[in-house]
Amino acid sequence: MINYESVLSKKVKEMQPSGIRRYFDLAATMEGVISLGVGEPDFQTPWLVRKKALDVIERKRMVYSSNQGMADLRKDISDYLQRKYNIKYCPDGEIVVTVGGSEAIDVAIRAIVNPDDEVLIVEPSFVCYKPIVELMHGKAIPVPTKEENKFKLMPDELRSHITSKTKLLILPYPNNPTGAIMTREDLEAIAEVLRDTNIIVLTDEIYSELTYERKHCSIAEIEGMWERTIYVSGFSKAFAMTGWRLGYLCAPKPLAAQMLKIHQYAIMCAPTMSQYAAAVALKECDEEVKKMVDEYNVRRRVLVDGFNRIGLKCFEPEGAFYTFPCIKSTGMTSEEFCSKLLEEKKVAVVPGNAFGESGEGFVRVSYAYSLKHLMQALKCIEEFVVEHKNKDNI
Amino acid sequence: MNNKLISLLRQNSRLSNEQLAVMLGITAEEVEKQIQNLENQGIIMGYSAIVNEEKINDEEKVTAIIELRVTPQKDCGFEKIAETIMAYDEVESLTLMAGPYDLAVTVIGRNVKDVAMFVSQRLAPLSGVLSTATHFVLKTYKEKGISISDEEKDERNFFLP
Repeated sequence: MINYESVLSKKVKEMQPSGIRRYFDLAATMEGVISLGVGEPDFQTPWLVRKKALDVIERKRMVYSSNQGMADLRKDISDYLQRKYNIKYCPDGEIVVTVGGSEAIDVAIRAIVNPDDEVLIVEPSFVCYKPIVELMHGKAIPVPTKEENKFKLMPDELRSHITSKTKLLILPYPNNPTGAIMTREDLEAIAEVLRDTNIIVLTDEIYSELTYERKHCSIAEIEGMWERTIYVSGFSKAFAMTGWRLGYLCAPKPLAAQMLKIHQYAIMCAPTMSQYAAAVALKECDEEVKKMVDEYNVRRRVLVDGFNRIGLKCFEPEGAFYTFPCIKSTGMTSEEFCSKLLEEKKVAVVPGNAFGESGEGFVRVSYAYSLKHLMQALKCIEEFVVEHKNKDNI
Repeated sequence: MNNKLISLLRQNSRLSNEQLAVMLGITAEEVEKQIQNLENQGIIMGYSAIVNEEKINDEEKVTAIIELRVTPQKDCGFEKIAETIMAYDEVESLTLMAGPYDLAVTVIGRNVKDVAMFVSQRLAPLSGVLSTATHFVLKTYKEKGISISDEEKDERNFFLP
């Protein structure tokens, strides 16, 4: 009999599965749940992209592409980033096409972190950063953000967490789960703190196409930042292509070359079919993306207004497709709120503390759902809040 | 802005001015004014429900689409015959088509016989009608952009995140 405990890597064993796993398991198996929990678009991938994929399946041999990604696609990514965000990356040597933004994050962290290096992770945020840092024997240091600051990273907060061991800052904006964004002015202030350090920024801008009322600004565009930035993005959120598993990372050559080695040995290359199709997304789908953004915007307004009306104070998110209402007025913790809401109204939302301690007191509500669905769910949440208010008063 | 308002009303014309105001990021008064304008200009002609006819049991109904070939008349082309046809209550919609036939007439009747009578006694004898071809509707899958058949299942998984 093998003692599996003894064969497993110590670091892997130490990795914490999500503390609220039970809740997710329950939500996933319950019948008739009105979910507001998913983190992927409800739209179909634009037809032109699908058509291209069908076309290459018919005509092409699906062989490996070059490790760093097809040359044409890298050129398209370079043009796109220049056109959209005014950032320049050379297709040869500064761009690596990856299996989703997730792989780009993994590769970037692995290429940078040495044992005991400190990695600053802005929280609340996507759940994958910390486990990867810890797998590399690095130290994940959360940098909490607050609702009163619109969940932006404040320069003082950043400064107070920097030590001589700080190696990397993970900057995830537009943010999942809060929907917060960083404006050019906000980023200038962060750049000011970083400019005289050796700290590298890993900027996860996977939601950059999904901003409302104003255009996204990348930290890579801020003066003095390009040379210390690893830029991560992908096709999943912008073009409703989650299942195609395609993303990319961009970085100065000396960094990108090292990351490419990890990608090459671990993955070989991103899916070839997806690479062919993705080029169409970058070049011919502006209209489609705009339609999706307009639709998300309507839903966003409905949720923000709805939560504030119900008495769950909701800060106005300007990016991604999440709202992050505060549930403290109910007197419940995030997990209590979510469990009871699921039990009593069969509505599933995600506890804010799943995204870091600073998310406690909030819940993540996705609006990657039809208006009809959202309005129905809002009604249930309103009933829930009213019922509990009455209960507490008795 | 008008286009967005129209598109929201197309999806659900029962949304209140307050709800529309939230969705569009303007005031309810502004919504009221814009809708008034759209109505005055004849852009919005009315409001109706999208109904799954199959689920209405107390009422037997058949729908047919009839292709008419017509000789255009001097000076007024198809206008005059179109005016005559659209005046019948049985006619649900009427459109002029490019292609092998000229007018597409959607007719709703209580049963097949009803529709057949309408075609043979009202439409076919009209002067200028060269031929008719009647197609009965068996099932409607989508109407006004909305899927009539059972709701699509959400295939997305609920996990973090």
